[in-house]
Amino acid sequence: MPAETAEAAEIAEIAETVEAPLSLKDRFTHGLDAPICLTWELTYACNLACVHCLSSSGRRDPAELTADEARRVVDELVDMKVFYVNLGGGEPMLRPDFFDLVGYAVERRVGVKFSTNGTRLTAERARRLAALDYLDVQVSIDGATAATNDVVRGEGSFAAARMAMDNLAAAGFGPFKISVVVTRQNVEELDALDALAASYGAQLRLTRLRPSGRGIDSWDALHPTASQQRRLYHWLLERPGVLTGDSFFHLSALGEPLDGLNLCGAGRVVCLIDPVGDVYACPFVIDRQFLAGNVREAGGFAGVWRSSELFRSLREPQSAGACASCGSFDACRGGCMAAKFFTGLPLDGPDPECVHGHGETALASLDTGSRPHAAIGHSKVGVDGTPVPVPTPVRFRSPART
Amino acid sequence: MRRLLSTTEAPSPVAETAFAADRAWRLNPQVALRDEAFGALAYHYGNRRLVFLKSRTLVTLVSALADYPSASEAIAACVPERSHAAYERALARLAASGVIDAC
Amino acid sequence: MLAEDQDTQDIEDVSDEDVDELLVEEVSIDGMCGVY
Repeated sequence: MPAETAEAAEIAEIAETVEAPLSLKDRFTHGLDAPICLTWELTYACNLACVHCLSSSGRRDPAELTADEARRVVDELVDMKVFYVNLGGGEPMLRPDFFDLVGYAVERRVGVKFSTNGTRLTAERARRLAALDYLDVQVSIDGATAATNDVVRGEGSFAAARMAMDNLAAAGFGPFKISVVVTRQNVEELDALDALAASYGAQLRLTRLRPSGRGIDSWDALHPTASQQRRLYHWLLERPGVLTGDSFFHLSALGEPLDGLNLCGAGRVVCLIDPVGDVYACPFVIDRQFLAGNVREAGGFAGVWRSSELFRSLREPQSAGACASCGSFDACRGGCMAAKFFTGLPLDGPDPECVHGHGETALASLDTGSRPHAAIGHSKVGVDGTPVPVPTPVRFRSPART
Repeated sequence: MRRLLSTTEAPSPVAETAFAADRAWRLNPQVALRDEAFGALAYHYGNRRLVFLKSRTLVTLVSALADYPSASEAIAACVPERSHAAYERALARLAASGVIDAC
Repeated sequence: MLAEDQDTQDIEDVSDEDVDELLVEEVSIDGMCGVY
């Protein structure tokens, strides 16, 4: 038969053997029976007080999951075949059972990446980490210099992070990640950050600042300008080796899509487990509205993932709302629900940082009472009961204190 | 020592292992294969690639690969004849991503 | 002759992509939003 008909027949034949010829993106939008990966904040305790902390961390919650409960969560992740878990907090290395839990997970082939401020990553601990398999480490900084970084994360925090990086390098850990939240102040230092990562043989990761947690109050001052966002977009396009956690998918409306799925995975392929076992759609929406359940419930984490009403609704097609008539909606999907929620914008409308400026317009027309107030959360509080977001001097613990 | 590798460049489509259908292949032991209704997800712990196998037939084929002396014979046993060429190309892509490796 | 060769080339290219996309798709594990 003619070539065209033979090919068409072959495609039809393949289609018969394929149950659902949908793209990965379509499949993920509808959710999966188990997360692919997820974030797990191990503790709300933190020895820093970063001004933009998405989890409003500082004080340990007395109802934190016990070591045993935490191991049960890992058992569930193994059953569900979750590929890897991102541990964070607060500062996860402040958990007394940190190494036990990490070991428990990697022994069962649940990959672990943990985010740390580095203040507890001594030389000896770096050597312990270097001996583990299936492990990634991500050190958080928000500038290429102490001058830029410490304004956000606290005096001494940059030096502590650098020492952690030096310790990882000396221990032969191999490539680790340097994770930076992009701000108005550090956009100017992208090349320097790239060079810093290269100097360690590390991988640079840039993520989007969301107005979450303490970020509600600091977002106005910290979030990049529209022009900076455009520069960031082009910078990222030229550097496919820089990771982003797909957090800049709203910028894909500027043209060629950035690497990644370019969609919100919250409640669909990823979620958050918080230190007291609460399950949220993602780490950037720690709020009652996005609370799906708790792992301590009878069905455990699996029950929440599969049966929660919140997740069921997130896995349905989302309304484009005010964005329906915009030609970019397919590319940006209306942006980030956390960014909209915490700036007081409706979820079915433009992202506050919409590249076409529709978000700015929407923000300008909001009533002054529309924006959620920053809750105290687990922030350390001063004598007057208000959070202490002011950076406090930090010390890198000496090796003797490991 | 082994660990999750991080490449400092983006994963490239360059073949990790050149695929030859007359050789024996197997699911790479560094890969976790997770069944889904529509096929399977394959996560490679070494190169951090997540690959989506979009047909149950492909999943069956990949799972049975090691039982056959060659990929061609595995395809002959698991796949309707009209689709042999396509599934051979699919295996070549999986070899390039490291999901399968030569026995 | 040249035109025929080009047509054959185009059909083969398109069908390879169509068929491949039906069976295998790849994404980076760091490529989904909502994770640290």
